[in-house]
Amino acid sequence: MKPEINQSLGEANMARRSFLRYAGASAATVAVMGVAASCKKDRGVTVDGTIDIGSGDIGILNYAYALEQLEAAFYLQVIATPYSGISSIETSYLTDIRDHEVLHRDFFKAALGTSAIIGLTTDFSSINFSDRTSVLSAAKLLEDTGVTAYDGAGYLIKDAGYLTIAGKIVSVEARHAALISNLLVAGSFAASDQVDANGLNKAASIKDVLAGANGFLKTKVSASKF
Amino acid sequence: MNLFEIVDEIEKVDPEIYDRLNPRRAAIKNITSFGSKVAFAAMPFALGTMFKKAYGQTSTAGVIDVLNFALTLEYLEAGFYDKGMKTAGLVPAAGQAYVGKITQDESVHVTFLQGVIKSLGGTPVTAPTVDFTGGNNKGNGPFPTVFSDYKIFLAVAQVFEDTGVRAYKGQAPALLGNQVVLTAALSIHAVEARHASAVRKLRYDLGYDLNTRPWIRSTTTLGNDTGVAVANGNYAGEENVTQGGVNLMTALGASASVATASFDEPLTKDQVLALLVGSFIVS
Repeated sequence: MKPEINQSLGEANMARRSFLRYAGASAATVAVMGVAASCKKDRGVTVDGTIDIGSGDIGILNYAYALEQLEAAFYLQVIATPYSGISSIETSYLTDIRDHEVLHRDFFKAALGTSAIIGLTTDFSSINFSDRTSVLSAAKLLEDTGVTAYDGAGYLIKDAGYLTIAGKIVSVEARHAALISNLLVAGSFAASDQVDANGLNKAASIKDVLAGANGFLKTKVSASKF
Repeated sequence: MNLFEIVDEIEKVDPEIYDRLNPRRAAIKNITSFGSKVAFAAMPFALGTMFKKAYGQTSTAGVIDVLNFALTLEYLEAGFYDKGMKTAGLVPAAGQAYVGKITQDESVHVTFLQGVIKSLGGTPVTAPTVDFTGGNNKGNGPFPTVFSDYKIFLAVAQVFEDTGVRAYKGQAPALLGNQVVLTAALSIHAVEARHASAVRKLRYDLGYDLNTRPWIRSTTTLGNDTGVAVANGNYAGEENVTQGGVNLMTALGASASVATASFDEPLTKDQVLALLVGSFIVS
């Protein structure tokens, strides 16, 4: 993809966000207009290549499934091509995390059944898998994003059972996030980049999370109903 | 009660409070115009209606109960770390960055929860009387050396953190759909999990427990992965390998260790209180 196309994508998204915020039109209207705007502006980018998570609790579960797919793919690569100088305990930690993320991915796929979105194609070209700092920095970004994503989307879940499952996973993601952070900088497990002055972890909206996650995805994911 | 304080407090966890309350945010921000339309005596009622409209069905009393339960746990943790940090010679220099940060977080959790409870018109519970040996005020519980032996101090810390994670998780359904309070509770929950991860890593790094990992690796028969048998109750249920009707081992081929570590399990309020009251919290 050329940079200028990315730029126009960004503008289109920005325009849509502004529109949402200030015009107060119904979500359905905005979604239709958003797609129309994308068609017009994003020449060369096929609209049907983007995967939408859907609506309601299924949408939230697919959102989680998308993020777990991304994390699983990342750690599969990390373990397949370990960075130089990796220690045995780091291998143990990262192998465990890989197994957790693969299981989260497979769990969501099984739980969603026919409602599951397709398998996503990732793009990790920005990561140097032979370099410890590059790998752990990307891991930190993915884990921190996972935590803010679950924290930020929890209130949208309507079914108590699904909320509990999301809760069961988010604390494991937070355990990962803290470990990765500590591997990068000892003692940074709850540093101010992720935890505010009230001792609350940051939370993020679906749109903000996907904007970041899409940077690691060839198959782009959208959330038009949220 | 001051409307600005309440809205400011909520705005910390919900930046869109104004839009939620009223799309014409200027009308809400302008206390004069609001006040002129609502008699002063009717203010609490008007506020209640406003929050109900903005945040859905959960009753304020139920939310305050959850918050006071959380506050009790935070008092316990904050008191524990505060005493640990103030005990000369307990936390070595290398541990200060870890234990100091956790102490600070637990302390601001107390302040934050007290503030939110007051904002919602509730009364924060007072701090419980505690016995960190687990001896119900006799000082002779299972951990008599908790403030003289760093190894024991960190083991108790780990159990407190893991239990805190489970306790917050158990309260989530009671806050279903409540954007402000649920999001805040989930956010504290995540920080407790960060602490648990850090304490576990610290215990590994110091060679206190080379089997420990930042996550809870149970077997199919024993949730507790700490090797401290007296804490079995704190980990009871972590051995669960079925999530949402999917058996992670038989259906997805995960090992017991991976299946249990990938999902942290909740505890109910009654379970948590049974674990703490009469031992760490004096009854």
